[in-house]
Amino acid sequence: MDLITIAFYFFAALTLGFGAVVVLSKNIMHAAFSLLFTFFGVAGLYVLLHADFLAITQIMIYIGGILVLIIFGVMLTTRITGVDVKSGKVGIFQLTGAIVLTLSIALLLLFVYTNTHWYQPESIPMESTAELIGTTLLTRYLLAFEAASILLLVAIVGAAFIARKKH
Amino acid sequence: MEIGLTHYLIVSAILFALGLYGIVSRKHAVMVLMGLELILNAANINFIAFARYGGMNIDGQIAAIFVIILAAAEAAVALAILLNIYQHFKHVNVDEVKEMKE
Repeated sequence: MDLITIAFYFFAALTLGFGAVVVLSKNIMHAAFSLLFTFFGVAGLYVLLHADFLAITQIMIYIGGILVLIIFGVMLTTRITGVDVKSGKVGIFQLTGAIVLTLSIALLLLFVYTNTHWYQPESIPMESTAELIGTTLLTRYLLAFEAASILLLVAIVGAAFIARKKH
Repeated sequence: MEIGLTHYLIVSAILFALGLYGIVSRKHAVMVLMGLELILNAANINFIAFARYGGMNIDGQIAAIFVIILAAAEAAVALAILLNIYQHFKHVNVDEVKEMKE
């Protein structure tokens, strides 16, 4: 076993283990903090896939932005001291349906992924992706880039408008 | 066995299934959002795995960047809506929020 293999299994276990805690934990704060380790594991997988810029983006935006936002959401919408912090029981019917649906989709995906012969050309070794991503974003994907910037502006204004106090 | 495309695809499939289970089985709206983030991360792992092994090169990583942008915008708007629901109903149980306005 070389170092890459060990690192892959470590990050995969980190991602999936804490991902399971996120969806199975009864305490919603535990779920929110487990999400942190899941995002870290995914960032590690990005590094192993030679996507250094994406790994840093993952840590900065997901952990620094989205996760903080979610924890704010948890704290603002749950009474921390009350019973409300538990995320609530679900009926046996709903639970069975969820498990059956999830398992069938997971098995289908695993079957497709392991039985398909993917087209895998010789990969070009990439040194650092940041420069390449910047050049590509501002040439071939310029329109999508501008559309994304408008979307972010609209989302900021819209979120502030929706969340403000009504008078 | 050397780590290849299939390993990453299997990780993403399991992460996708976990996120789907979170969305379908939980009642707290913030938990539903967390399941959504797991699903978006699973999709991103697929994009970048194919960027590395499937010959998509830099295009796969660009697609992943746009997914991250969308996730950020979605989280901000969704939490703003959640705060409004909490002010109105005093809870964020998605099973009991039935009307869109009073």
